[in-house]
Formats: sequence, C-alpha cells, structure tokens
Amino acid sequence: MNYEQLIHETALADERLLVMTAENRALIRNLPGPLGPRFIDTGITEQTMIGAAAGLALRGRVPVVHALATFLTLRAFEFIRTDVGIANLPVKISAFVPGFLSDGNGPTHQAIEDVSLMRGIPGMTVFAPADEADMLAMLPAIWASPDPAYLRVNTRPGTYQHEPFQIGKAEIVAEGKDITILTYGMLFEQALIAKDLLTEAGYSVGLVNLRSLKPLDETAVLNVVRGGGLVVTLEDHFQTGGLYSILAELLLEHELTAKVLPLALKERWYKPGLLSEVLEYEGFTGQHIARRIGERLGDGVHSFGAKTKVVENEFAE
Amino acid sequence: MTSEKKQALSELALRVREHIVRLSTDGGCFTGASLSCADLLVYLYADFLNVRPDNLQDPERDYLFLSKGHDVPALYGTFAELGFMPKERLSNHLKSNDSIYWHPNRSVPGVEFHSGSLGHLPSVALGVALDARMRGQNQKVIVITGDGELNEGTCWEALLVASAHKVNNLTIVVDRNHFQANIATEDLIPLEPLAPKFEAFGAVVKRIDGHDFAALEEAFTALPFSDDKPSVIICDTVRGRGLPSIERRADRWFCNFSSEEITSLLKELHSQEATDLTSETLTVR
Repeated sequence: MNYEQLIHETALADERLLVMTAENRALIRNLPGPLGPRFIDTGITEQTMIGAAAGLALRGRVPVVHALATFLTLRAFEFIRTDVGIANLPVKISAFVPGFLSDGNGPTHQAIEDVSLMRGIPGMTVFAPADEADMLAMLPAIWASPDPAYLRVNTRPGTYQHEPFQIGKAEIVAEGKDITILTYGMLFEQALIAKDLLTEAGYSVGLVNLRSLKPLDETAVLNVVRGGGLVVTLEDHFQTGGLYSILAELLLEHELTAKVLPLALKERWYKPGLLSEVLEYEGFTGQHIARRIGERLGDGVHSFGAKTKVVENEFAE
Repeated sequence: MTSEKKQALSELALRVREHIVRLSTDGGCFTGASLSCADLLVYLYADFLNVRPDNLQDPERDYLFLSKGHDVPALYGTFAELGFMPKERLSNHLKSNDSIYWHPNRSVPGVEFHSGSLGHLPSVALGVALDARMRGQNQKVIVITGDGELNEGTCWEALLVASAHKVNNLTIVVDRNHFQANIATEDLIPLEPLAPKFEAFGAVVKRIDGHDFAALEEAFTALPFSDDKPSVIICDTVRGRGLPSIERRADRWFCNFSSEEITSLLKELHSQEATDLTSETLTVR
C-alpha cells in the first residue's frame, strides 16, 4: 500500500472524496483515469484550487488537495484561512515537500513556517507523520474527520513499527529520565538514531513521535515535562511558531517550567542541497542531534559515533 | 417583459433602496455600491433564480454568490422584502445581538457563503459549479463581482480554470458601476475594453444596462451562453443609483448619514431631487 493506492481505495469506498491538485501530481499520477471527474487539476493556481475546494466541500465533498507545502500555506494562506477556516469545511490539505524535504530547491520552496501558520487558524488540525507507514496509518482518521486538516506529506521509508493512530494522540517510542526528544515528521528517523547514540553513551533517553500537532497530546507532553529531564524540541521548522512555541504555550498555561533545548531553524532559511548535505550542514543528522544534546548537557566525553548516512529524498517537487 | 412585471420589479427595487438608505446611518454602510446592484439583485431573486425561503436546503436550487460583499445592504434588503429574513432583523445592523454587519455571512438564510475579501467567490462558485455538473444537476451558479474587484488576479485565475474545465454552468456577473473604493476605475486601474478581456479568458460575454429589467431578463434567460464555456454578464450600472445627490460620486462610497439626512434621502428616492448633504464620507479602507 502506498499513498496513491490508499487515496484510490478510499475514494472508491466514499464518493465524497475528491482529489484536487495544483499541477502537483508526483503522488497521484495514476488517478486521473480511475477517478474521472473526481480528479480535478486546476493548474498552477493554489488559491483557486483552495477556493474551489471550499465550494466542493460546501456541497458535501471531502476534497484532498495537493500542492507544494510552501505555496499552499503562503500563497493560498488567505484562501485557507478565509474560505476553509471561517466556514470550517472538511478540506484535507496534503502538503508536499515540507520542511527539509524541499532539500535542493532553495528558500522559495522551504515550508518551515507552515505549522505556525496552519495551527493559527481556528478549527484547523495539523499532522506530521514520521514516515510513509506512519502517514498511511494516520490518513484514514484524518480524512474521516469533519475538520479541515493540514498534513505534512512524508513518503520516506521507515523501519519503525508504528502504533495505530488516533487524532490528538502522540506515539511514545521510549521513556527516558535524562533526555526526551519531542519531534514530528521526517526528523523522526534522525531522532531514532540520536536516541540510540545517546543511550550507548549511557543516558536514559525518551522519544515521542507527536504525529498530531493540533490537537496536541497534552497529557503525553506534560508527562515528559514532569519527568524532569532535558526536553528537546526537534523540528524542521522555524524556531518561532512551531513545536518549541507549542511547548512554551503549554508550559505557561500549566504554570510549569522545564529545561528545554530547541533544535530548529532560528531566524534563517536553510542551506539548499541534497538532503544528506542539508542535514549535515544544518546539524540535523542523528549524530549531530546527539552531539548537540550532549553539548547542552555539558558532555565533553562522547563523540556520538560516525557521520550518519542519510537516505536521499525521492522527490524534487 | 410586460409593463406590469417591470412596474412590480421597480416598486420592489424602490423598497430595497429604502432599506439601503435606512442602513446608511448609525455606523453606516457601503451605500453607493449597494444602490448600483439593487436592480440586479431584485431581478435575480424576485424573477429569475430558483431560490426561495422554502428551498434553501434543496441541492438543486440555483446558487448566487455575492463576491463584492460590501453591497450586503442590497442583498439583505432584497431578502427582507422576499421573506428570507424578517424585516425587523435589519434594525440589528452592527449590533452584537445579531450578525448583520458590513459583509455577508451564513447566519442569514439565503447567504450561500461569506465574503468580504475580494476575489474569493469566483473560485468558491467554481467548486459548486463543478460539483453540480458532476452530479448531473442543471442549476445556475452565479457569482457577482464588483468592477474594482477585478483588480484581484484570482478573479481572472478562476475564470481561466473554469474555461479550461469547460464549466458552462458558471456565470460571472460584473456590477460595472465604474468606481472602485475612492476613485473611478478608469482613473486607477483601467478595465476597458472589459468584454474582450473576458472573451480572451474563454468566456462568452453579454454587456447590458444593469438597471433595465427587460435587458436583465433578456440576458439571464439566455443562459448558459455556451455548451462548453463559462458565461459573463457585464451590467453597466451607476454607483449610488436612485439618489441623485450621491450618484457617480467618488466620495460617496461608504456613507454614514445623520437621521435628518436619512429622512431627506428617503424622500429623494421618490422625488429624484437632490438633497443637500453635509455628512462627510468615512474612509474605512
């Protein structure tokens, strides 16, 4: 099963489901034939696509819309906020190459404020799967929900066996006394490597795959904070508005504080290149993540293994 | 069109204009843009569209989307006269006990979608038209835009996509009152020649006098203009139509008159003799 097969199967079972794209067909190339008029390509028109999706949803459809994460969330932001958000319509946004996944495209294509923007829309739900299997586990519930939804598409292969998904529930991969890494999306695979390296160095390391950023699994996050160790927010997003901000908001609401290390992009776009180059340069490989956490803990002893080998990205756009 | 029908529509339009004038105080409203499209809305709801207070849930009803949302007094005035909403609701204008404000919203029966931000509803209407076609339904989907609104690229983008998808059940109607907010359109972002622009984007276009009920009937009853193209009807109108003291005036866009002026303007609607106005026009944009 892959993304295209899942959407095809779901559309066959539910005539409300429509597939729309602003000429981004990488994941849905084979659907125009089988879906006929329920496959709508509007050309390179993110705004018109979102407006039309709102109109289709008004008539009882559930449009799953596809385009690059950055153009959807930035160029079509007002259409998402005003047409989908104000009317609270079940438009399902599949945002392609978010975060580091637009690797070699350059800053025009870097959706690294998408979580911040989308979670700011009342009623909008926000999801980021760790890998393809995680995404396929999450999508049926997301598409079945009556809420508008934003999904950071992630088709990268993974080895981790994910639990069944529930909206608003995080996946607790490991619990740790010294360090817990909170993360979402494609950095999960690097977080797993970092966790193993830090564990080998003698630390007790927790890891949480958040999956659902809005609604947030507040219980899971508060449990981590109350554990008292270092909390690491790891994300391919601007430091402002993403997971670090989500955590800060939650802490204030509960009158808590914590020792937090944000690993994010602080006031800068990332250096474009092959994904392995990006992660190495920006310090987001498993090895670099472990090293940066070790530094925060004042660990001058461990080198945290050799350079991490990163599987390159499959898609340009 | 029979003279009896024309007379009935004219009388209805006059009552709608009275509502517009009454809403132009205690905070005010977009009087000029409302008066320009009053005849158009009256014709559509009273005579043309298959939309009534009792069929608003019918998926096969006609759809009208008001993309130039600031002319909401004309829409609500029409709704009040045709029984979509009680007339008393208009007295809740700008009060927090109701949702009668400067732009349309779906808490008012008959409003298909909220608007206010220009250039949005052509694409929303496109989505509805696509769905109607998918279901084999034959209703009309009409979206009314302002002429100033045509500055927004998304109006043209939606038409480009509608043409590509051969959406012939979508009709874009332009309230061509020749003014944007503060300036004549041709003095800021000239639109003419307008019909050829729409034709170049793939539509079949008719241009009519938007205050002539017979011309409105002739154009709308000819829809769709094509089997495989969207239709466009450009309605040439007069901003402020019905109130000689504000007609065609760039400075009378958003109006907030005193209660004495409202009394005079209500008389002016009937006498067509200009009133002496002293209230300043407020700038809200």
